[in-house]
Amino acid sequence: MYALKFEKEICATCPSPDCLLKCQYMEFDKDEAHQEMMKLVNGEDSRVLTECVTCYACEEYCRRGNHPYYLIGERREEKGILTAPRAITNQWINMTAMQGKQMVGEVQDTALSSCLIPELGMLGSGKLFEDVAQAITFGAEFMCPAVHTHFAKMSVVKERLPKVIDHFRQLGVEKVICLHDECYGTYTSIAPAFGIEVPFTPIYYMDFLLEKLNEMKDQITPLNIRAAYQRPCSNRLIPQKHRLVREIMDLIGVELPDRTYQDENSLCCAEILRAVSGYRLANDVQQRNIDDMVECGASYCVFNCPACQSTLSEKVAKRGLTPVHIIDLCKAAIGEKELEVTA
Amino acid sequence: MKDILRSLVDILGERGVSNAAEELWFYARDPGVLEAHFPDYVVAPETTEQVRQVVRLANEEKIPIVPMGNGMALTGLVIPLKGGIVMDMKRMNRILEVNEKARYAVVEGGTSQGALKAYLQDHHPQLRHSLPDAPPTTTIAANVSLHGQGRLTQQYGFNSDMVTGLEVVLPTGEVCKIGSPSLGPYWFSKGPTLPDLSGLFLGWLGTTGIFTKVGLKLYPNKKIRDVEIFVTDRVDLVPDIIYKLTHLEMLEDINAWFQPRPLMFKDNYHITMYFTGDTEEEVEFKRKMIWDSLEEFIVTKDGGFMGVGYMKPMLLEMPQRGIAAFADVPRGGGFEYSGPITLIEHYPDYALKVMELAEKYEVIYSSAARVVSGGHSMMFSISFAFNRADAAMMERVKKALDEATEFALEKGGIPWKPNYKEQRMTLEKLDPNTLKLLQMVKRNLDPNGIMNPGNWEVS
Ligand SMILES: Cc1cc2nc3c(=O)[nH]c(=O)nc-3n(C[C@H](O)[C@H](O)[C@H](O)COP(=O)(O)OP(=O)(O)OC[C@H]3O[C@@H](n4cnc5c(N)ncnc54)[C@H](O)[C@@H]3O)c2cc1C
Ligand code: SF4
Ligand code: SF4
Repeated sequence: MYALKFEKEICATCPSPDCLLKCQYMEFDKDEAHQEMMKLVNGEDSRVLTECVTCYACEEYCRRGNHPYYLIGERREEKGILTAPRAITNQWINMTAMQGKQMVGEVQDTALSSCLIPELGMLGSGKLFEDVAQAITFGAEFMCPAVHTHFAKMSVVKERLPKVIDHFRQLGVEKVICLHDECYGTYTSIAPAFGIEVPFTPIYYMDFLLEKLNEMKDQITPLNIRAAYQRPCSNRLIPQKHRLVREIMDLIGVELPDRTYQDENSLCCAEILRAVSGYRLANDVQQRNIDDMVECGASYCVFNCPACQSTLSEKVAKRGLTPVHIIDLCKAAIGEKELEVTA
Repeated sequence: MKDILRSLVDILGERGVSNAAEELWFYARDPGVLEAHFPDYVVAPETTEQVRQVVRLANEEKIPIVPMGNGMALTGLVIPLKGGIVMDMKRMNRILEVNEKARYAVVEGGTSQGALKAYLQDHHPQLRHSLPDAPPTTTIAANVSLHGQGRLTQQYGFNSDMVTGLEVVLPTGEVCKIGSPSLGPYWFSKGPTLPDLSGLFLGWLGTTGIFTKVGLKLYPNKKIRDVEIFVTDRVDLVPDIIYKLTHLEMLEDINAWFQPRPLMFKDNYHITMYFTGDTEEEVEFKRKMIWDSLEEFIVTKDGGFMGVGYMKPMLLEMPQRGIAAFADVPRGGGFEYSGPITLIEHYPDYALKVMELAEKYEVIYSSAARVVSGGHSMMFSISFAFNRADAAMMERVKKALDEATEFALEKGGIPWKPNYKEQRMTLEKLDPNTLKLLQMVKRNLDPNGIMNPGNWEVS
């Protein structure tokens, strides 16, 4: 079985335990944060094990290369502490089980991974994906299992991830373009953290988009709109890629006005918070987030993750913001798609 | 002997009668598992007077007559077990009146659920009726004749409790009004304060008369409907969860269901609850009350609310097509269910029985229980899907359903829309004096035993 590589010493000597200090869901002073982290490191009980809402953010807050969020998951599972009710946890395990229903396009050396999210198949089409759209993969067999970290089922991650990787290996691919942050985060953060070898090069779809948009620069008509970006939890696994959103927006003429809940301080879509902590926290997070989007003067809410989009679309639309996926915005900028406007 | 066909044509005209082989073939069966039986004639009346004349003729000639709506009860209730005339009521499909302020509608005896729904949407958007999840072509009269349940049953009881008056053609050919319409032009009460004679017809499966008009209660149609699903892996908690929810007195409909496929539903029990409001605030307030009422199960991790986002459009559909989709699981599909009315506290026993039967007879199961009138009882559906081309599988489904009914009767439940075999099992278990009373009613109303014979055979 794969084991989490976690450097105890790095935490023991950490000058600023930002992992917990910056946590948006628990309050600590510096000493307390350090103590709680060391309890986790040493496998002792800690309030973090019952209070953490699994927002993924501490993976970004730790700048010293450790994996606090994965460690919390490991410790919870060791102690049999569930995040969500059993029935919900098992529902996710069953829902994402491999049943031989995968769909694989004409894959050569590159695959375009749409995880287990049907909407990604539609998004990964058109001129921007012209060269790779036929190489789509879809299904539980090609789904990154990162979602199970929300339920502290690290064993499911460790059991399924090597199989997923093996399915790509069997396709003989050299590169996998990941349309979902969670997939890219899985191959570049979770896999190495657990010593799982990835025999292909994962490519983040925003890198791919940026390259394409630069090639097609002459076809871009700036959209001249103001938008609020909804950062997904899984982007916290790959914080180095967060800047790409702004680069793409600049290129297609979308202004991202400053707002309170952006960058490190982003709030997630809260769908998982509903399951883990109940509707009160989820409502509060969504309310604050959408109020902030409205206050910054945005007329669009730009999504990166289709799950966030499905959770928040109706809610943002009710507040006058038009929900749109970042790929659709790019398609609009090159004249391939109409830009919708919420009435 | 009279030329029956000629007499029927005289009453109904050429287009209202048939004994063509292909038509008889069609009217010999329903979509369930019971064997077909051919009628001799099929008639499709357009007026109460035509119904009356056909019934009189049938009574004189002692010919069985089976009223039929859309034939979707699935338990063979419109299969002419003893031949005779099948009376297809679907041409009597008018909506005769809607009294907006008194919130009732009067419809003809073959009016479909879908027609009333569409009419209300167009002309009385403030009002709705308790729509069952049956296909929209099924009829209102048939539904009350079998004590159906619909979207508002959790709040207001069986759909037959919502009847506000009846016009019935008795087996001897008299046209009889039941309730307030027997005294004046208004259709606001089926019984009170008169002796409630509707009980002579509701639940009798067309064996005591034919409804030519039905008055039906309508209810406020709130602007917003929403849905949540609570999930638990502990079947023993389902009754407690429903108890907490019904205590709120806020829910339109509550269904408890489980099925092994698709895989995401495996091993869990799901309680779907619908709630309504005229404003977002009202809906959110109710959502908060719902969540709070089940907090204790969430804290112990015994249950929680699942995300319904992508399922919402399907869940909010009325009627819901998902149930019919289940029928096609083994392809070429069909399904039939036994749906005893029982106590909610017996839910765990029924649930285990369904799984036991599915394993024993190697059939695919699903079960959906609907809470009736604030938790006084529930309809617990035991559904098995089958492939029509697989005779052995259909036989296994029949056996499984019979065994389910035996179990329900043992547990003190009442079979719902029972097929003729289940009716027999029920009558055998009935208190002898109750049976005697039923016999007195039946013999007096239908002395020649012409009405849907083979069903509720009490003599
Ligand atoms: C997918 C599916 C979902 C369903 N969901 C529901 C549900 O949610 N709730 C529910 O209650 N049922 C449900 N049903 C069962 C059934 O379809 C309904 O009860 C429906 O109302 C039956 O109507 P029908 O017109 O098809 O009746 P039929 O099968 O034609 O007739 C049923 C009975 O009524 C008698 N009858 C018909 N017309 C008259 C009349 N005018 N006067 C006197 N007796 C008459 C018949 O003789 C027969 O005994 C469902 C069925 C299916 C296939
Ligand atoms: S996880 Fe990172 S931030 Fe937290 S204490 Fe350890 S080294 Fe410091
Ligand atoms: S995952 Fe989020 S809630 Fe949990 S400890 Fe890390 S930052 Fe806090």
